[in-house]
Amino acid sequence: MLSTHLSALQIIVPLVAAPLSAVFRINLLSWLLAAVAGVACCAISIAILSQVLESGVIIYALGGWAAPWGIEYRIDSANAFVLLIISIIYLISVLYAKHSVESELPPGQRTWLYTAMMLCFTGLCGITVSGDVFNVFVFLEISSLSSYILISMGRSRRCLPSALRYLFMGTMAATFFLIGIGLLYALTGTLNMADLAERLPEVTGRRSAVAAFGFIVVGLAIKIAIFPLHFWLPNAYTFAPSAVTAFLSGTATKAALYVLVRMVFSIFPADYYTEIPAVHTIFLSIGVLGAIVASVMAYFQSNVKRMFAYSSVAQIGYMAIGIGLATMTGVAATFLHLFNHALMKTALFMAIGCLVLRSGKMSIESLANIGRTMPWTASAILIGGLSLIGVPFTTGFISKWYLVNAALDIGMWWLAAAVLVGSLITAAYVWKIVEIAYFKRENPLITERSEAPLSMLLPAWALIIANLYFGVNATFTGSQAVHAANAVLGLMP
Amino acid sequence: MLFCIVVPLLGAVGIRLLDKSPNIRETATIVTAVITFLLVVSLYPAVQDGEMPSLVVLDVIPGYERTQIENLSDDEALPVPVETVSGISIALEAEPLGMLFALMASFLWIVTSIYSIGYMRGHHEQNQTRFYVFFAIAISSALGVALAANGFTLFLFYEALTLSTFPLVSHAGDEKAKKGARIYLFMLLGTSVSFLLLALIWTWSITKSLDFAVDGIFGDNPDPTVTSILLVLYVFGIGKAALMPFHRWLPTAMVAPTPVSALLHAVAVVKAGVFSILKIVIYLFGIDLVAQLPIHQILAYVAAYTIIATALIALRKDNLKARLAYSTVSQLSYIVLGTLTANAWGIIGGGMHMLMHAFGKITLFFSAGAILVATHKTEISQMTGIGRKMPITMTTFFIGCVAIVGAPPTGAMWSKWALLVATANAQDMILLATLLIGSILSAAYFLPIAIRAFYPLQNESAEITEAPLPIIIALVISASGCIILFFFPNFAFDLMTKLVGTSTLKLLP
Repeated sequence: MLSTHLSALQIIVPLVAAPLSAVFRINLLSWLLAAVAGVACCAISIAILSQVLESGVIIYALGGWAAPWGIEYRIDSANAFVLLIISIIYLISVLYAKHSVESELPPGQRTWLYTAMMLCFTGLCGITVSGDVFNVFVFLEISSLSSYILISMGRSRRCLPSALRYLFMGTMAATFFLIGIGLLYALTGTLNMADLAERLPEVTGRRSAVAAFGFIVVGLAIKIAIFPLHFWLPNAYTFAPSAVTAFLSGTATKAALYVLVRMVFSIFPADYYTEIPAVHTIFLSIGVLGAIVASVMAYFQSNVKRMFAYSSVAQIGYMAIGIGLATMTGVAATFLHLFNHALMKTALFMAIGCLVLRSGKMSIESLANIGRTMPWTASAILIGGLSLIGVPFTTGFISKWYLVNAALDIGMWWLAAAVLVGSLITAAYVWKIVEIAYFKRENPLITERSEAPLSMLLPAWALIIANLYFGVNATFTGSQAVHAANAVLGLMP
Repeated sequence: MLFCIVVPLLGAVGIRLLDKSPNIRETATIVTAVITFLLVVSLYPAVQDGEMPSLVVLDVIPGYERTQIENLSDDEALPVPVETVSGISIALEAEPLGMLFALMASFLWIVTSIYSIGYMRGHHEQNQTRFYVFFAIAISSALGVALAANGFTLFLFYEALTLSTFPLVSHAGDEKAKKGARIYLFMLLGTSVSFLLLALIWTWSITKSLDFAVDGIFGDNPDPTVTSILLVLYVFGIGKAALMPFHRWLPTAMVAPTPVSALLHAVAVVKAGVFSILKIVIYLFGIDLVAQLPIHQILAYVAAYTIIATALIALRKDNLKARLAYSTVSQLSYIVLGTLTANAWGIIGGGMHMLMHAFGKITLFFSAGAILVATHKTEISQMTGIGRKMPITMTTFFIGCVAIVGAPPTGAMWSKWALLVATANAQDMILLATLLIGSILSAAYFLPIAIRAFYPLQNESAEITEAPLPIIIALVISASGCIILFFFPNFAFDLMTKLVGTSTLKLLP
């Protein structure tokens, strides 16, 4: 009985927990609610994934209304995988948030942060599970609106203009997306993804269908922060509270990326690309450009958080390359990197949060000597950074292997070379940090040994260990990514 | 077999825990080194009997089935599997070449550990625990490289070796050490990531396998253009072999403490480089395939150029360690050149020279370190006459010089002999002449130091005594190794003939 409603519960649990926390407004209770919702959703998403692996696609009619009339949740191995990532990252971020939020936010705001975080999580889960494009839009707005709130809770006042900028960009993105699905509805008379996929081939070649495609792709690209539509991201990540940055970096862009992959490969028929061949080239070139330009930008940042924010843009570039390759191995590389990047970037932002807690600053200089004063934080940053570079025994290496292999599979050796050059630039900026952390001796901000509290270190280290584990044994992540790619490309029943 | 890699890692943990008591810590290092060596030796009988004990440690990248939808017009179209791609795992295998490298690295680790005790204490280095910890990790990675059963595992440990030696090179922690270590890291990471990794994945994407196999994995008729490009990528991508123009990191890494230089030059790092080239040529391409590719000759000429050019640079260096470093670059290219002649004698000579050069060079570095500890002199011009005060050090230094030149009674004579036979068999007189000129040049840049050391001392007032005892012990062991290998080169030769699959060759005609 319960198992048939799992996909709805995934959304209902945080959606119910959020108003509860807003009603009671007790900080500890809010945190507990958020954490319990996280645990429950993690369990549910694991159950969903195993159910999908066992018995194939789950189709759930919300409220008992069957598909063309009601909203349908449709979960295959692609979104089950993404759902799992989002739930795990959410849970770990909430666990981390407790101490971090206490140090960064006034008591009155804390409960709102947890509420907004739960709403945002609800939205992201909804985006992922929904099989109805309009429903996706609704959840996209829920998650976006709550993330504007989350970002504007930062300590420095500069978070306000960055939240506002994100609001403008996000609204534009949502509008584009809405225009796109409006056009699709006008063309086909349906909003259900499966029906769209069936009917769209009939209208191939209609200009409005191409326009819809354009609006949807650009709208989502803004949400994902694909270079050169990334301008909202660095500031938003830099000035948001540490826990929020950690949470958003691992989830928000990932859910939008999933929708993009779904839209591009499952809903629009394959002959769209024979008609508009530029689409692949565009994805490939902005992917490569993004990976390289954003990495160079990251190198020149003097604020650690912003450096890693730019690095996120670069890593999203790698995922865009996977989409542009449009082969099974390419899309698998995208899904794999989606998972791996969530692990490494969230861990890194958590470690930076530990640093901010002790030094009060985010400048590169505040990292000096933390190899001695905060050895656990420093080694978390070191391992996370190595993973970002793609050094063997870390998840980053596995991602790189899949992506380069995908590029070479279709003979694009120049692309493979570009990916590897990108990782060398990554090495340059990561090493800048490592040298300061381990070689510079004086640090006026942190003078004595003062490690961050365990409640912050443990979540960060849990992710770091996951990074190392999935870097050595990628059997789970690798095969899931291949399943997901097969599901999206329709290569698997 | 796995223990060969795990034991040094456990040793590293133990060393870290024994931070507070230096004596027990150093005992732990030596005990670990001895156990590791014995473990490696225990593999030897099986390999000598022609077996190749192997072990799959862990599946890393899962295999998958590639599917395709057929009959698109048909409504009932179902995906059909078209291809099964097998996964990649971390796997170990003891084969003759790897055995030779593993024996060499684990034996020299013992010697280097003894030496480091004298050096690190005598020179009052900071952070000694960190030094021993990363040294153990580096050895573990080197053994991983030696025992790797596929290209993937080789690459993993190759990179682990680069990273674990970084803290050793930057040991001093000052501006100069930082800069040297940065060049070290980026040269090695840069070449390995942009060329070696690319080549490996490319190979995998063509052959769907990276397992080392005796006749290579490219099958019967690979595309010669692609395999040529791959060979170039491999040879230059293995930056640790220091082929020009990717040799700069080796001289700049001279900022490291002397035992680390010994590790870099003799025990693990550069040897892991030439070893990887040998391994890839033999087991990924197969000697026959390389011999068919015209590119191998061009690459051999690059190696020949490196031999002469760096030997000439070495002649002009007054800093002893810098001269040793350029000499290493020059000698490494002997091995690369031998490998790229792609005939049986070249492979034999390359493998043996890896061993012989290791013993010669480690002796020289130990002596250089001994001079530094005892006299604080680094420039060659200051060293006139010190042999009178430090007779043992300078005698062993002399033996090391002879070993690098390749004259009897040192083991290097055999390896250079094999290399000469290889070039003669390839009927390439230019390469043959290069080898000879390279040896003459090495005599020119090393022997005068040894000889002038025994000139009368100019400055009698200087208080110079022999280096500390552990240093002397290590020196004597490694120098006698050079000479013992002259009389008993056969175990190495046997291993190498197993490798090329001919037992008819004899070291002496």
